[in-house]
Amino acid sequence: MIWLDTIVQGLLLGGLYALFAAGLSLVFGIMRLVNLAHGDLIVFAAFLILVVVQMTGLNPFLGALIAAPLLFAFGWLVQRVVLNRVLGKDILPPLLVTFGLSIALQNGMLEVFSADSQRLRAGPLESASVDLGPVTVGIMPLLTFASAVMVIFALNQIFYRTALGRAFRATSDDPVTASLMGINPASVFAIATGLAMVTVTIAALFLGMRSNFDPSIGPARLIFAFEAVIIGGLGSLWGTLLGGAIIGVAQTVGAQINPEWQILAGHLAFLAVLLVRPRGLFPRAVD
Amino acid sequence: MQISVTTRTRASTIAGIAALALIGLGLILPAFASRSVIQDLFFILTLLTLAQLWNLIAGYGGMVSIGQQAFVGIGAYAMFAGVILWGWDPIAAIPLGLGAALVLAVPMAFFAFRLQGAYFAIGTWVIAEVTRLLVAQWKTLGGGTGTSLPREATADIWGVKAIAALLGLRDAAARDVLAYWLALAMAVGTMAAIYILLRSRNGLALAAVRDNDNAARSVGVDAARLKWAVFLSAAAMTGMVGALIFLQTARISPDAAFSVTTWTAYVIFIVVIGGIGRLEGPIIGVLVFWGLQTAFADYGSWYLFSLGLIAIAVMLFAPRGLWGLFTDRTGIALFPVQRRLTTTSQGDSRNG
Amino acid sequence: MLQTHALTASYGQFKALFGIDLHVAPGECVAIIGANGAGKTTLLRSISGVLRNAPGMVTHRGTPIGALSADAVLQRGIAMVPEGRKLFPSLTVEENLMIGGQVRRGDGRWTLDTVYALFPILRERRLSPGTALSGGQQQMVAIGRALMSNPEVLLCDEISLGLAPVVIRDIYAALPRIRETGAAVVIVEQDISRALSVADRVYCVMEGRVTLTGAPAGITRDAVHAAYFGNAA
Repeated sequence: MIWLDTIVQGLLLGGLYALFAAGLSLVFGIMRLVNLAHGDLIVFAAFLILVVVQMTGLNPFLGALIAAPLLFAFGWLVQRVVLNRVLGKDILPPLLVTFGLSIALQNGMLEVFSADSQRLRAGPLESASVDLGPVTVGIMPLLTFASAVMVIFALNQIFYRTALGRAFRATSDDPVTASLMGINPASVFAIATGLAMVTVTIAALFLGMRSNFDPSIGPARLIFAFEAVIIGGLGSLWGTLLGGAIIGVAQTVGAQINPEWQILAGHLAFLAVLLVRPRGLFPRAVD
Repeated sequence: MQISVTTRTRASTIAGIAALALIGLGLILPAFASRSVIQDLFFILTLLTLAQLWNLIAGYGGMVSIGQQAFVGIGAYAMFAGVILWGWDPIAAIPLGLGAALVLAVPMAFFAFRLQGAYFAIGTWVIAEVTRLLVAQWKTLGGGTGTSLPREATADIWGVKAIAALLGLRDAAARDVLAYWLALAMAVGTMAAIYILLRSRNGLALAAVRDNDNAARSVGVDAARLKWAVFLSAAAMTGMVGALIFLQTARISPDAAFSVTTWTAYVIFIVVIGGIGRLEGPIIGVLVFWGLQTAFADYGSWYLFSLGLIAIAVMLFAPRGLWGLFTDRTGIALFPVQRRLTTTSQGDSRNG
Repeated sequence: MLQTHALTASYGQFKALFGIDLHVAPGECVAIIGANGAGKTTLLRSISGVLRNAPGMVTHRGTPIGALSADAVLQRGIAMVPEGRKLFPSLTVEENLMIGGQVRRGDGRWTLDTVYALFPILRERRLSPGTALSGGQQQMVAIGRALMSNPEVLLCDEISLGLAPVVIRDIYAALPRIRETGAAVVIVEQDISRALSVADRVYCVMEGRVTLTGAPAGITRDAVHAAYFGNAA
């Protein structure tokens, strides 16, 4: 029975990782951009929500609603001004630029917000739980997982059911031919990054409500997110959700054996999957 | 009239002589330089070596690893293990760093070489994280909090007494001098080895593999073997530098030894700011890095904040780095590896 | 209506075009012929905005468009069927067509239905991935995709390349019906007799220069030969 509980908790934890990974998966899938600042952007979004909450006294959910458009604009701008200029066949320039952004963000936040741990207060929701027969699960983890499913579902709808999604896929296939269709790849990429920042806002909301955060925790979130994306396969959003779940379950199972093995077990699961399937579980047929 | 292939230029001849003079100066420097200068130079030389090694695998070999901290860390821990567990002299334990890094590099390469591009980068990072977490389980070496070199081990390191007597220094300062000389030797040795490699047939083959793996293979370059050789030797050397760095600090912890920021991010910035894919790049980069650090030491995190922004700016406006900017303007290369056709004749000597 | 003025283009050090003057009148069919590597594709890429030039090198209705990006050129009504068809593999046939219609000029005649009427086979294959089709069907999708924006000028790069003669005939049979809508058509073609049979005017390009121009009726075999291979005769 303890193992069932462990696995359920792991699945729910995987929801959080899928939330971390959703925006990364979108951007990685569309423009092959490896955004090493993604984790720091999540932390940055959490601080932004915190500032909004402190200034307005709203609850974190409404705070996130206000932060989301700001972060969309921020992502749009960064893509337009910086990242579009370094995208190309060579993966090194975007890698380095986002590495630079990561270091700048971490240290900028350290100066502005200090190294103190912060938290988004969600009141009684934080400790509420529900009895599901053999296992008891927290409302917050449940809400996180449901949000992850909804975010992935929404992104999939956009991707496969809208003109914007068609433009995403066409530009991802072949930016030059897409521009012959009247699509401006630079602006498509900017919208994609803006959208990714909206998912980052949601990820930040749950990160901040579930645990403490400080300016230094970005890179670790980035690794979990990347592991989820790569396990799932480039461009597969549902694969990303599954990837998050695999990391989550591996971590809780590892922690059950020895609390110090939690993170290690997640990494090992990732390496094991990659060893067997170097392109992830559901790689896109065309690449 | 005779046509020949050469890599030598007038600037490179001058640079060669200047380099020899600088090495000579570097050797005798401890006789009159202050201890803080020696410590600064130790810092510069070790970072320079790490930057040259990363430049070798990424800039020349096209393998963009962000897991080099694994080798720094494992090298340093191997040295500590030699001293603490087996009572070796720290100097004798430095080669343990080389061996340990080599042992780690084999499975890492086996795994990472199956991956392409971004996956390679992330894969190497995760392996470094796994190594850090495993080392943090090693309780006899302090587990997650780390440990220090025992006083009796640092008290009589080979050669320290002799240096102290020779230069009239205290033991602590003599230890710094010893570490500095070793760092100088590693930096010079690494750069010389890379220079010789790049000027050899293998250097050309390496460039071909970086530019187009399949095409290189089709003209008979054994790409896989070459990548393995480059990755393993860079890893081994990185491990040895790691051992030396933590010999000098005499204190270690998993977070410090396996820091992705210090041993990979900063090293990458140094290479990029100076100019990737050229030997001169890391030299310029490390000087800029050190200059910024010295000038803005009082501003704390703002310094690192600016460093991040500078790296972005360089990538946007001078993607081939400061040295690239300089050679584009002047055509000067101090350590040229490019082959040029020259003609020599008695009378008129026009280039063909 | 569409004109190039001493158009030059180069790839790095290599100059591909040396001052091309060309014009296309409304509704006209212009063929550009020439040997491999003569610069025909470069010419179309320069007009369509894939390659950027000095603004005045290409004009459309008197407006300089040489420096515009490809998406801006399309919005002015100049659409391109690229060499090699270049369908989007992640999109179905219908999605490929729809993406061509994402930017529509006015309420022209081309819609999904009219494109399917032009190439009925595409309706049957509408839900297949674009790249699962045969070469000829892919070419039809590429043409239909360009038509979906209701262009004023349709640039067609090597639409018969690599296709069987019977398939080429089907595709060329569509050209008159495209011209009925009033669109001008510029085709780049290596098959000289095919080009001469459909075009109102012909430009022959050799080594980045126009070596011969005129109506097909006034062009002799020898003149074409000379324009193709230099003045050997």
